[in-house]
Amino acid sequence: MIEIEIDGKKFQVEPGKMIIEVADDAGIRIPRFCYHKKLSIAANCRMCLIEVEKAPKPLPACATPVSDGMVVHTHSARALDAQRSVMEFLLINHPLDCPICDQGGECELQDVAVGYGKDVSRYTEGKRSVKDKDIGSLVATDMTRCIHCTRCVRFGDEVLGVPQLGTIGRGGKTEIATYVEQSLDSVMSGNIIDLCPVGALTSKPFRFQARSWEMEQETNYSPHDCVGSNLHIQQRRQKVLRVAPKENEAINETWLSDRDRFSYLGLLHEDRLAEPLIKQNGEWKTVDWQFALNVAAEGIRKLIDAQGGQKIGAIISPNATTEEMYLLQKMMRALGSQNIDHRTRVTDVSDQKHIGAFPGMGFSIASIEEQSSILLIGSHVTHEQPIIGHRIRKAALQGSSIFAINLENYQFPFDLSDKLIVKPSALVWHLASVAKVLLTKQTNPDSELMAFLADLHVSEEANAFADKLMQFDKGCIFLGEIAQNHPQASAIRYFAELIGKMTNAQVGTLTTGANAAGAWLAGAVPHRSAAQKSVASPGLSAKQMFDAKLPAYLLFNIEPEYDCTHAQTAINALKDASLVVVMTPYVTEAIKEYADVILPIVPFTETSGTYVNVEGKWQHFSGTVKPFGEARPGWKVLRVLSNLLDLENFEFESSLDVLNTLKDSVDGILGGHHNALELPSKMNLPHEGLERITQWPIYRTDNLVRRAYALQENIVNTIPQIYVNNALAKKLACAEGDLIVVSQGQASVTLPLAINDALVDDGVYIPAGFQETATLNELFSPVTIVRS
Amino acid sequence: MKKIVQIIKSFTLWELLIGMKLTGRYLFAKKVTLQFPEEKTPYSPRFRGLHALRRYPNGEERCIACKLCEAVCPALAITIEAEPREDGSRRTTRYDIDLFKCIYCGFCEESCPVDSIVETNMSLYHFENRGENIMTKPMLLAIGDKYEKEIAESKRADAPYR
Repeated sequence: MIEIEIDGKKFQVEPGKMIIEVADDAGIRIPRFCYHKKLSIAANCRMCLIEVEKAPKPLPACATPVSDGMVVHTHSARALDAQRSVMEFLLINHPLDCPICDQGGECELQDVAVGYGKDVSRYTEGKRSVKDKDIGSLVATDMTRCIHCTRCVRFGDEVLGVPQLGTIGRGGKTEIATYVEQSLDSVMSGNIIDLCPVGALTSKPFRFQARSWEMEQETNYSPHDCVGSNLHIQQRRQKVLRVAPKENEAINETWLSDRDRFSYLGLLHEDRLAEPLIKQNGEWKTVDWQFALNVAAEGIRKLIDAQGGQKIGAIISPNATTEEMYLLQKMMRALGSQNIDHRTRVTDVSDQKHIGAFPGMGFSIASIEEQSSILLIGSHVTHEQPIIGHRIRKAALQGSSIFAINLENYQFPFDLSDKLIVKPSALVWHLASVAKVLLTKQTNPDSELMAFLADLHVSEEANAFADKLMQFDKGCIFLGEIAQNHPQASAIRYFAELIGKMTNAQVGTLTTGANAAGAWLAGAVPHRSAAQKSVASPGLSAKQMFDAKLPAYLLFNIEPEYDCTHAQTAINALKDASLVVVMTPYVTEAIKEYADVILPIVPFTETSGTYVNVEGKWQHFSGTVKPFGEARPGWKVLRVLSNLLDLENFEFESSLDVLNTLKDSVDGILGGHHNALELPSKMNLPHEGLERITQWPIYRTDNLVRRAYALQENIVNTIPQIYVNNALAKKLACAEGDLIVVSQGQASVTLPLAINDALVDDGVYIPAGFQETATLNELFSPVTIVRS
Repeated sequence: MKKIVQIIKSFTLWELLIGMKLTGRYLFAKKVTLQFPEEKTPYSPRFRGLHALRRYPNGEERCIACKLCEAVCPALAITIEAEPREDGSRRTTRYDIDLFKCIYCGFCEESCPVDSIVETNMSLYHFENRGENIMTKPMLLAIGDKYEKEIAESKRADAPYR
């Protein structure tokens, strides 16, 4: 510790810190533009010049390390003179168009100019103007306003790991631009809007909508991925106009993924349902709540009287709040049914009873940075959970080795130490061979296991991969979306856990949806009720419910044609069912085809609720704006429906009531671990031939994102095509854009071909979450391809 | 003697004549009464009456939706909504002034960076139906178009004192 003095106050600080950091911690304000605590130091704006005694000139506070006995004056005549001069220089070329600038009112330059600027400029020369760039559907540019602080450039280089913007030209001709004219193709590019201290980079969908002083903001949490990023929802006159990150060092730091930032655009989509609908004699009628709920309750009661409670299935979105999960499962179980699930995309649930309190991480998000090695299994982490992807990148930058076993050689913003790119049916096989290699190197290997894996042929690649894995020190293994949705997910979990045990790594599951952890804790799974209580006879999982063709379904906030694995089976089952009650904020023609009662519920901004993130952190929020039309929060709908069904103990007055009831029983439960998993019954040999690979593209994951137009128009958004690698395209004698028929069993789809050379040789990537691909049932299974 | 003068004055209605002298003078003096509403008193160029939105001589509306008037309005009488126009420029889609709320302080006019919102010297208007107190953007623009000459004249007259 050394002692320095700033503005007459003495501070004990660690050596190596910059003056500006010490001043910020102490609450001493030094004006700055280019300095940002999460970015490297550029010291190119010179706004933070301060006076240091015995220094011949004013020094930039952001780039001057503290030294013992340093005496700093941030507001002395000399410092102020330097700051004012810099301000004058900055304003030579900065246009005075604050009235039409979206940054007006929240502009760092504007704020500082009030303190350090002159009323009238001494310069009479014309200001320079710079051509605006089109950098995609999310960020609007007014490059004339740029003051070349290069925060956006450094953000791309350092945080994204993909240089997207850069400076071109020199001196007075310097411009910020994409090197080649192109759109930003990052999933976190929206952060440059926050970083830009002036109005050069602003939000395109928000353009000219409102002023910062008009809006009120409330804290909320991301409803899209399991990270639980903290948000500020900004609304004016009961309309959500913008979403900004809320700083939380433990979760999202100061960043936000574009999905979290721009999904609000779908909140008031034209599909929003304002009043309940019921189907009478094939006609849809708008009715009041009382009537609709009575129709639903009566239908459910009739069905139970005739066929018993276990004939009803309920499927809830993994993005629903914990309260909604709790009430729905409580209602279902009170009706005598264990058929409740939130895992709309999961096929294999055979090991569900061995999963701990909830699938997730047994370690914190922040601690990912400290892992010395990380293994990704079936995970496109930068698209599934961009914030986790960023943490992994930070770990990689600090020297961690990152490994991946994937179906596609994804473009990660970090280098992989080693990777295995395999076809879907070979995923378990490869994991097992890696496990086998590790096992043979154990001093005392489990003989039962060795016998089980005896016939397994270990490839050269797997051998080398396992060798490198051996160097795992303090590490973790992440199971991604593909690993969870894979038809042999339980085997993948088993081998992941086995590899973890042998390499001293913890296994974390990066769950789909915002609230999978909450769903498990609240009991929205068929084999456990709230707070981990096992049920006598487990009900059916989401997929099993559709396979079983139940006579009645309750759907909560999902669109099966987009959200479910085996979408076609789901739709057929729903069409055949005699009663389908859909609780949804959005109504589509597809829903109208199978539903009998449609009850309008609200998205996350209009309800209160709680999300539990992947590390088990409970985050409670209250509604930001009033519900749309007559729509009502989901928990209220479920509560009243339960009352109408004459179920007991549903007298909840608020969502907090529900939460407290649940929280008392689950307090202190930690998740993320797997209890002794069982050895898979047998190892299947990988298939020969082509296989489908399926993922939900980042902007097709849930009903809200799918309706956010700016995200749909974004270059990152996948379009429904058939993706194969170059070698396969050559073999098929097809070129990009050719129409291709892909058949899977009876079903087939015809779509254009696209080349993605990162794919595994026999893999055919057909994204889910589209109307066009919903007819293909299986996510990972053999397919045949012919030219149309 | 005093008494005699008193008697003469009272018999000749002297006091009345004195009074009538004043009346007589005003009878022939220049008249100041205006025949309202045919005639009006002159208004100060700073008079703050009914609002108007102005246009540039080329017909382009001046308002750029900066919302400073909305922010400064102490009575919260102004409501603005904006979005990019087809040509990409920043324009209002809604500009409402509630004349019941308005206290005619003129802050909106002061804050306007483009001299768009102004208070004209019209003080004579009335409403017959509920809701007519809300001046919408087309109404305000119409007033501006109709009285542009007067508005410009007032602005010019006041300019040397700002």
